[in-house]
Amino acid sequence: MDSTPQPPQGNANRARLSRRVRGLFALPLAALVLSGCSLPTFYGFKGVTTQSQSTYHLWQWFSLAAFIIGGFVLLLILYAVIRYRRKGDSIPKQVQYHIPLELLYTVIPIVIVFVLFAATVVVENKVTAEPKSSLTVNVNAFKWGWKFQYPQSNALVYGQTTQAPMFQIPVDTNVHFTLTSSDVVHGFYIREFDFSRYALPGITNTFNFTAVKTGTYFGQCSQLCGLYHTLMYFRVKVVSKSDFAAWVAQFNTKKGAARAEAGALATKQILSPGIPVIPATTTGQK
Amino acid sequence: MRVEARILLLLGAFFGAMCVVYWFWGHEDAGSIMMLGGTLLGFLPGTYYYYWSRRMTPRPEDRSDATLEEGAGVIATFPGSSIFPFLLGMGAFLSVLSMVFGVWLAIPGVGLILWALLGATAESRRGGVH
Amino acid sequence: MTDLLEPSSLSADSHGHSDADHNSASPHDGAHHEHHGATGILNWLTSTDHKVIGMSYTITSVAMLVIGGAFAMVIRAQLVAPNNHLVNFSQYNELFTMHGSVMIYLFAGPFAFGALANFIVPIQIGAPDMAFPRLNALSYWLYLTGSITMLLGFFTAGGAANFGWVAYAPLSDIINSPGAGADLWIGALLLTGFSAIFTGVNLTATIFYLRAPGMTLFRMPIFTWNLLVTGILILLAFPVLTAGLIMLFCDRHFQTHIYTQHLGGVPVLWQHIFWFWGHPEVYILALPFFGMVTEIIPVFSKKPVFGYKGMVFATLTIAALSLGVWAHHMFTTGVVLLPFFSIMSLLIAVPTGIKIFNWIGTMWRGQIWFSTAMLMSIGFVVTFLIGGLTGIYLASPPLDFFAHDTYFVVAHFHSVVMALVLGGMAGLYYWAPKMTGYLLNERIGKFQFWLLFIGTQLLTFPQYVLGLQGMPRRIAQYILDPGWQTLNIWSSVGGFMIGFSTLLFVVNLWVSWKKYPAGDNPWDAHTLEWYTTSPPPHHNFYRLPQIRSERPTWDANHPDSKALVHGHNEDGAGH
Repeated sequence: MDSTPQPPQGNANRARLSRRVRGLFALPLAALVLSGCSLPTFYGFKGVTTQSQSTYHLWQWFSLAAFIIGGFVLLLILYAVIRYRRKGDSIPKQVQYHIPLELLYTVIPIVIVFVLFAATVVVENKVTAEPKSSLTVNVNAFKWGWKFQYPQSNALVYGQTTQAPMFQIPVDTNVHFTLTSSDVVHGFYIREFDFSRYALPGITNTFNFTAVKTGTYFGQCSQLCGLYHTLMYFRVKVVSKSDFAAWVAQFNTKKGAARAEAGALATKQILSPGIPVIPATTTGQK
Repeated sequence: MRVEARILLLLGAFFGAMCVVYWFWGHEDAGSIMMLGGTLLGFLPGTYYYYWSRRMTPRPEDRSDATLEEGAGVIATFPGSSIFPFLLGMGAFLSVLSMVFGVWLAIPGVGLILWALLGATAESRRGGVH
Repeated sequence: MTDLLEPSSLSADSHGHSDADHNSASPHDGAHHEHHGATGILNWLTSTDHKVIGMSYTITSVAMLVIGGAFAMVIRAQLVAPNNHLVNFSQYNELFTMHGSVMIYLFAGPFAFGALANFIVPIQIGAPDMAFPRLNALSYWLYLTGSITMLLGFFTAGGAANFGWVAYAPLSDIINSPGAGADLWIGALLLTGFSAIFTGVNLTATIFYLRAPGMTLFRMPIFTWNLLVTGILILLAFPVLTAGLIMLFCDRHFQTHIYTQHLGGVPVLWQHIFWFWGHPEVYILALPFFGMVTEIIPVFSKKPVFGYKGMVFATLTIAALSLGVWAHHMFTTGVVLLPFFSIMSLLIAVPTGIKIFNWIGTMWRGQIWFSTAMLMSIGFVVTFLIGGLTGIYLASPPLDFFAHDTYFVVAHFHSVVMALVLGGMAGLYYWAPKMTGYLLNERIGKFQFWLLFIGTQLLTFPQYVLGLQGMPRRIAQYILDPGWQTLNIWSSVGGFMIGFSTLLFVVNLWVSWKKYPAGDNPWDAHTLEWYTTSPPPHHNFYRLPQIRSERPTWDANHPDSKALVHGHNEDGAGH
């Protein structure tokens, strides 16, 4: 990796704030946020990591607030439009101010905003927390592919565009990720994890996931990165701990390591002229 | 004049407060400096207006009971027409195109800009295009 | 009511005879006629009249709306099938880049603070022209040439710019975007950027210095108030973008390393600079449209605007907060202070909410006349409400983490900007009679409204769902298609309805051309521009009413129906 790892700014401060805010709001809010399961989904997705499930509950509560407030305001508009349509040429009472009412709809939104903010901070601290972890995956994004490297072992997954390289993580394990980019800004986005983060050149981003459900999930670059941005796929396979150990072990044999190396080399060679392995008809390069 | 000054000073003060909070909380240079710029941009004209608002009687447009008679007379001079904005615009156009299509375009571009600037200044001094 | 101001007294020069001047003849004869009604190309090129410039701005920016809309039609056509080959990847990147750039830089902004503002603001405050008429003309020429420069990109070998309208470094550097289209894009933004800065100077100076006697700041129409705040925001934000673009150009051609990854550059600096301009820009775009709607809703409800002072306060609060929210576009970079930007962004919902409640309060117990302008305004309020509420989600970092750069964000800001289009159309239907002297066809107008309004919701609602299902933005194909095609087709149908509604507007202009004479005040409106003739004479007024409230024209026409505070006549013994 050619960039010096540096922690994202504001981490320490975030933690400090979190302690302060947690003291104030944590208990009642945590109870509320966690009990969100019986709410409708609002088209959200529960996600397959502990982090994404916190996000999902926040999503539900925000949506509930939005639907109530939005519905109320829409009803007001609808009522006004139907009830006060023109019925004659008389001039209505020229009311211009109603101070108590105006104060009311200034103060109530402020209260709502601070409640939403408190809930945000609680969930944000959960999602961005990085507890110590025994497994690290170094993710590197490049035009137009991904490299997943496991520094504690020989495992290495490398591939680009529709090859959709597939890396594996064990279920119910706290996995630490570092994210870098070799060229332009990319977006590391996995829908089922309800999460995205920019891969920035020159900056190492870090985050943790604890997946709770096995399966294969698609990820995709979400930040425009040039010609083949559309096809910059990857996959993550969440497997049982024993399957994961077996998968890692196969890289430790001479053959496995050689295969990984060869794959990496091949990808590099394919990439060097900048033309991905996809049917020419799909790309229509200019 | 006084209300104008107050608006700008209040905006500047708010930006300043935000800048201080942001700097001590986030330690991020670019944003803090840009906010400092915003603060100054509030205070610079704000102070000017405040200075003058203390040294002049309220203008007719500042007084709610002013009558139209008080505003009669000269407000300002307004050029009826002028070719120089167009020439200046074309000069700027050519200069920008010279960044892409070749430096030679900057010669007529800068020429037009200079001509237009001098012309517009002379026009102001003369008091009219005709 | 007094008839005091001869147009000549507005334009006369203080330096004795060196002055007859600018008006080319003695100010006391009928020489003003030559300034309007003349159609010669030289008159157009040399005019410094804010009304002529405002008309030029209007025509140019509506043309840009049509061009940017045409790009959108191709984009929506491309996305009706998961593996469509209507355009290739490279063309697709150019299309959405230019769609965004044309709409934001060349339509929404210039239309908001260049077109209607230019025409209406001086008249609303009883001024004869903008404070700097020649600078105003220069603004227009820079805007026009900037627009041409940006579109020229399509005719260069490498095609137009294709790095998105945000041009994130290092994708916008010389290695990743070598084409001339990128340089033309930068050049265009330099030109239009200076155009905007000059307009900001002009608006602020006009409103501070050229108000009619008695037109105190707190009697100005809300539209003018919002343009004052827009002017200030332009002065705060646009220089940052212009400086950032110059640095980008230096990075591309003079081997500086400001945004590069190596040799000490900081790529994320571009994002800071861009969004430090970009978020205030959102309010620079929105506030003028808020202002238009705030003019229209009271007029067609036959009531004064409810909570006038609250409205002004809300606008100023938005301006104040707008400088501290930029990094909510950068939550997923991992290098910004999440709680600070989260609370600042959430707080903006408060003044925006006040505005929405004030609009409803204005309609409450009114006599609502559903003209096209009023329908468009109500459509604006509803659509903006949706866009605002979905914006609250995105102000929360954890929710932004999963919605960022998906179609949820696309839908959110299209709800917002399509609300602005509705507001802009409201403004056009409302002020066209003042600008041209003729009304637009109401029947076509109402049909256009329903197409535009329904089309907007049909465009955005499937996109919200698509975003939540994980469709990233700016992708030309979705070859894996996890059930996204149906929603995309609905979204495209909505898009085509919007496109058709825009064509209807052009048709309406053609159909209504000099057909329905408007008179001075067809809507029984409130503000000064409706006191003068349609279109207004050179230097705007033959006479002015006494200005004793924020509704001078209404007061003159309905002397017995002054605004009330809590049922009491404000004017009673007040003065």
